[in-house]
Amino acid sequence: MATLDQGGLTDAGRVVHDHYRALVRTRRVYTILSLAALLAVLLGALWFANAANSGKFFERLPYFFDFFIHFQPDDAMEIVRALFDLPSPHADGSFKYDYEVGRVYLIGDLYLPEYFYQMLVTINIAVVSTLMGFVLAFGLCFFAASNITGSRLVRFAARRGFEVLRAFPEIVVAGMLVAILSIGPIAAIAAVALHTVGALGKLFFEVVENADMKPDEGLRAVGGSWLERVRYGLVPQVMPNFISYALLRTEINVRASTIIGAVGSGGIGEVFRLSIGRDHAAKTYAIIILLFVTVVSIDWLSGYLRKRLVGQSAFQFGG
Amino acid sequence: MASIEISPDEALALRARHAEVLHRPLYRRLMAPLLVVGAAAYLVFCFFFFNVAGVFANAQWERAGIYIADWYSWEATPRFRFAKDGIEVEWTRSLLGDNPNPDWIEGGKDNYVVSFGGADNQVEISPGIVVVVESGRRYDIPISESGAELSPDAPANMSLKGGRVTVDYGFIGLAEIRNTQVLVRHRYLGWPNFFFDTKSPFFGKDLGQLWADASSPERIEARMPNWQLIIVEFLYNSEWQHLDVFMKLLETIVMAFVGTLFAALVAFPLSFVAARNINPNRVGNWLTKRAFDLLRSVDMLIWALFFVRGFGPGPIPGIAAIFFTDTGTLGKTTTEALENVDDRQREGIRSVGASPANVQRYGVVPQVAPVFISQSLYFWESNTRSATIIGAVGAGGIGLKLIEAMRTNQDWENVAYMVLLILVVVFVFDNISNALRSRLIGRSGH
Repeated sequence: MATLDQGGLTDAGRVVHDHYRALVRTRRVYTILSLAALLAVLLGALWFANAANSGKFFERLPYFFDFFIHFQPDDAMEIVRALFDLPSPHADGSFKYDYEVGRVYLIGDLYLPEYFYQMLVTINIAVVSTLMGFVLAFGLCFFAASNITGSRLVRFAARRGFEVLRAFPEIVVAGMLVAILSIGPIAAIAAVALHTVGALGKLFFEVVENADMKPDEGLRAVGGSWLERVRYGLVPQVMPNFISYALLRTEINVRASTIIGAVGSGGIGEVFRLSIGRDHAAKTYAIIILLFVTVVSIDWLSGYLRKRLVGQSAFQFGG
Repeated sequence: MASIEISPDEALALRARHAEVLHRPLYRRLMAPLLVVGAAAYLVFCFFFFNVAGVFANAQWERAGIYIADWYSWEATPRFRFAKDGIEVEWTRSLLGDNPNPDWIEGGKDNYVVSFGGADNQVEISPGIVVVVESGRRYDIPISESGAELSPDAPANMSLKGGRVTVDYGFIGLAEIRNTQVLVRHRYLGWPNFFFDTKSPFFGKDLGQLWADASSPERIEARMPNWQLIIVEFLYNSEWQHLDVFMKLLETIVMAFVGTLFAALVAFPLSFVAARNINPNRVGNWLTKRAFDLLRSVDMLIWALFFVRGFGPGPIPGIAAIFFTDTGTLGKTTTEALENVDDRQREGIRSVGASPANVQRYGVVPQVAPVFISQSLYFWESNTRSATIIGAVGAGGIGLKLIEAMRTNQDWENVAYMVLLILVVVFVFDNISNALRSRLIGRSGH
C-alpha cells in the first residue's frame, strides 16, 4: 500500500486511516501464520510419507529414471504387434512375446486383439454400471429433494444413503463379491454401480431442488398426484441435466472400472497391472496407448453429446 | 382429472398456435421410448456378455452370510478329536484366553455336551456316537470308520455330505460331525479382543479394573508405568493392529493432502502460461494445454503403477500419481476459468500504470481464485477417497491393508473396522473442506 501523506488528513481521517492500517496488519499476520502452519504440515507430511515408503525418495530417484530408460520394447514395432496380437520376431516362447495367445476369434480367422477385447470389457463395465446407477439414482433422488418430498425423515434417509454409498470404498464391495462370485467383471459392475448411485443421487437431487416449481404448481392446482407432478412437472425440466451428469459420470466410470479391474476384477486394468509387473514393456506401452486413445475419445464424445443436449445456454434454473 | 370442454374452432386455433407442441416430428416422439428400449437391449446383451447367469449359478452365497456375520461377530471354533483315551479339545484362533472354559461346554474326558442356547438345542459328544438335540428332539448319529450317519427322519437343518453330518443352529453356530472329530462353531456378538489381545495382561478387564491398574503404582511390567502399558498394549494389539491401521490411514490422508497441494501449486502458475488471453505465446499455450491433457488422460492408475515400480510400495507413488493426474485436471479447469475472466478489471489496473505482474495479481487472480480454491478443495476431498483405491494397487495406505485383509478371507472384521474408519475420515474431510470453502470464498461460491 502506498503511504499517504498523513499531514494532509484531518483527525477523523487519521483515525480511520490508522484503523485501516491495523486491520491490514492483522490480516497479513493471519495469512502468514496460516501459510506457516500449512508449510509445517506439508513438511511433516512429506517426512512421514518418505519414512513410510519402502524406497526412500532421493535414494530411489536415480533408479526411477533407470527404470524408465531400461523399460523399452525391443523395437518400436513391438508395441504395434502387442496391440494387434501379431506374431513377434523376438518370440522365445516366454510370456513376454505371446501376443497371439490372447486373440479372441469372432468369425473364422477374424479376431479381436486381446487388449481391444479387454478394453471393451472395461467400457462395458463402465456403461452398464452407469446405466444401473442412473436408473437407481433417478428413482431415489426425488425422495431427497425438499421441494417435492415433504417428510424430513425420508429426505434424511435418502441423503445419508447417498452419502454412505459415495464414501463406501469401492474395493471392499468388489473384494467381497470377488470372494463370493469368484474373479470376474460382475464384482466391478456392482462396486462401480453402487458408487454411481451415491454420486449421481447427490447431483440429481440438487438439480431437482433448483428446478422451476411453476409447472408443479400448475399440476397441483389441477389435482395431479405426486407421481404425475414428478412425471410432468419435474422430469421434463431436469432430464437434460440428468443425462448430462450421467455422461460425465460415464467418463469417470471408465477410469474407475480400469482401476477396479487392476485390483482383480478383470478388464484392461488387470492386464495392465500384470504386464507392468512382469516388465513387459511392449505390452505395457500398447495398453497405455490404447487406454489413452479410449479415454480421450470417450471424453470428447461425452463432451460433444453434453454440449448438444444442454447447449451453450444451459437451461436456467429457478425463477 | 376433470376434462375441459373446448369447441372445434378453439381446438383448431390452439393447434395452429402451438403446432410445435402438438405436432412434434415422429422421431422426436419416438426418441424417449427408443432410448429406453435401446438401454434394455444393451442390458440384455451385457447379461450374456458377462455370463451373469453362469456366474450366479456358481456363486457361493453361503459365504456372503459368513463374511457379513464376521463384520459384527466372531466364532469360537473348538474341535473335539476322538483320541485313544477319551476326547481331546483343541482351540484355534480362540479369543477366550489361554484356558477357555466357556459355559456352553460341559463335561470332560470322554463325554462333552455343547449347548447352542439351552437344553433343547445341544450336541452330546462321546466316542462312537453323537447325540444331536434339535428343538427338543434327540437324533442319534453313530460314527463308524467310513463316517457319520444321518437318521432318515432328520430335519432340514441337518445334512449329510461326504461322510460328514452338519447341524446348523442358525446364527449361534453349527456342529460338523466327522469320523475323527466334531467341529463346533459358536458365534459371539462383538469381539472381546478389540481393545487388548488375548495375550495381554489387560484382556477381558472392564473400564473400572483398567482404571485401577492405571492408577496403581505397582508395575505389571517393570519397563514402563501401567498407563503407558495400557496404551502400548492397545496400539500393538496383534489381531486388530490399531497402530498400523491408524498409520496406514494417515498415509492415505497424507497422500491426498500432499498430492493435491502440490498439484494446486504447480497447476496455478502453469495455467497462466496456458491461457491464451494472458500469455500471447501460442506455442507455449498449446504445449501447456497438451501437457495438461496428457497428465489427465493417462489414468491415475497408470501413474500409480509406474511410480510403484520406480519407488517401491508406499505413499510416495500415491502422492506422485495424484499430483500428476490432478495437475492436469486442475490446470485444465483453471485455464478455462482464466480464459473466461472479465477483461475490464485488467484494463482498469493497466490504465493506472501497474506493472504486468501487478495487472495479473490485482486484475485476474481475484476473479479466478474462488473457482480455483473451490476446485482444489473439491479435489482434496475426492482424492481422500481415490487414495484408498490406488493404494490397493501398491501405492500404500489403507487401501493396501484393506486388500491384504480381504485376500486372506478370514479377517472380514478387520475390513469392517477399516471401512468404518475410512467412512469417518471421508465425512470429517468433507466437512473440513466445506467449512474452508465457505470461509474462503463465501457461501455463494460453488
